[in-house]
Amino acid sequence: MPKVEIASESCKSCGYCVRFCPKEVLSVGERVNSKGYEYVVPRNIDACVACKMCAVMCPEAAIEIYK
Amino acid sequence: MEKIYSRTKGLRADVVGGFCPGCMHSTVMKLIGEVLEEMNLFERAACVLGIGCCGLHMDYMSFDNITSPHGRACAVATGIKRSSPDSLVFTYQGDGDFAAIGLGESMSAANRGENISVIFVNNGIYGMTGGQMAPTTLMGMRASTAPAGRTAKEHGYPMHMCEILNQLTAPAYIERTSCNTPQNTLKTKKAIAKAFQNQLEGKGFSMVEIVTSCPTNWGMDALGALEYINEKMLAEFPLGVIRDAREG
Repeated sequence: MPKVEIASESCKSCGYCVRFCPKEVLSVGERVNSKGYEYVVPRNIDACVACKMCAVMCPEAAIEIYK
Repeated sequence: MEKIYSRTKGLRADVVGGFCPGCMHSTVMKLIGEVLEEMNLFERAACVLGIGCCGLHMDYMSFDNITSPHGRACAVATGIKRSSPDSLVFTYQGDGDFAAIGLGESMSAANRGENISVIFVNNGIYGMTGGQMAPTTLMGMRASTAPAGRTAKEHGYPMHMCEILNQLTAPAYIERTSCNTPQNTLKTKKAIAKAFQNQLEGKGFSMVEIVTSCPTNWGMDALGALEYINEKMLAEFPLGVIRDAREG
C-alpha cells in the first residue's frame, strides 16, 4: 500500500493537494501546526494509487510518497 | 517500500518558505530545484533573483544565488555569464521586476540573444509591496493603485511579454506555462529544463513565463485564486510555445 508523508510543519493548508487528489485520500485536518495552519492529513490512505498529483501541486514540497 | 517522490535538495531541508498559503513562487522554485537535481547542475547553477516576493527565495534555496537591484536581473546575469561561461546562469523575476522597472534590461538582454535563461513569474500584481498594479494586471482587476479596477483610459492594457519578445530576432526559446493543474505544473518543469538545456548548448536567450496566482493581493483564498487563473488569467495569457528556434 502506498504511503503519503506530509511534513506537518511545512503545510500551509492551501488545499491544492486535496483539490487535485483523484481518490479523495487527503483532507484538511483539525490539528494546527506551530504557524497556526490546519495541516493536511491522509485520511483515506487505502484509496491511494501513488499518482503523485498531490506532491506535484504542493508549493511547500511538504509531501513525500512511498510505494 | 520505495520512495517515489522526495523533496528536492534544491530547497533547504530545515526551512519553511516565507510565502503565503497557495503562493506559486514556492512551486516554481521547487520545480527549478528538481530540474537542477535531475540535470546534476547544483554546482554550476547561479540564480539571479529579482526584487519583490521572489527575493524571499534567498533563505529557501540551497544553491548559489545573488539578488540584483530592482529590475536589473538580466543585466547582472549577463555579467555573470560573460565572466563565468561555464556557470548555468538564470534569472528568477516577477512581473513587476521583469516587465515594469526592468523592461529596458530585459528587452536589451533578449535582443542581444544573451545566453541566459529567464524564469518570469507572472501573477498580475506587485506582491510584496502591497498589491499595486503591474503591467500585467488584467482589465478590471482591482489593485491598491487602481481601487476601481484597471481601465484602458487611465492605465492602458496588460502587457504580453512573450509576444513582445517574440518580435525580436535573437531569442531562442519562449514559452508560457502555468502551475494551475498537475499537468501544467509538469509542463512548466519540462519548459524550465528546456531553457536550461538551451543554455548548456549555447543556443542563447530562453524565457519561460509562468502564469501564477497571488491569493493574498487578489483578495482570495488559494483555491479561489486557482479558479481565477483558469477563468481570467489564461484567457488573457494563453499558454503554449511561442518560439522554439530548434523547430525553426
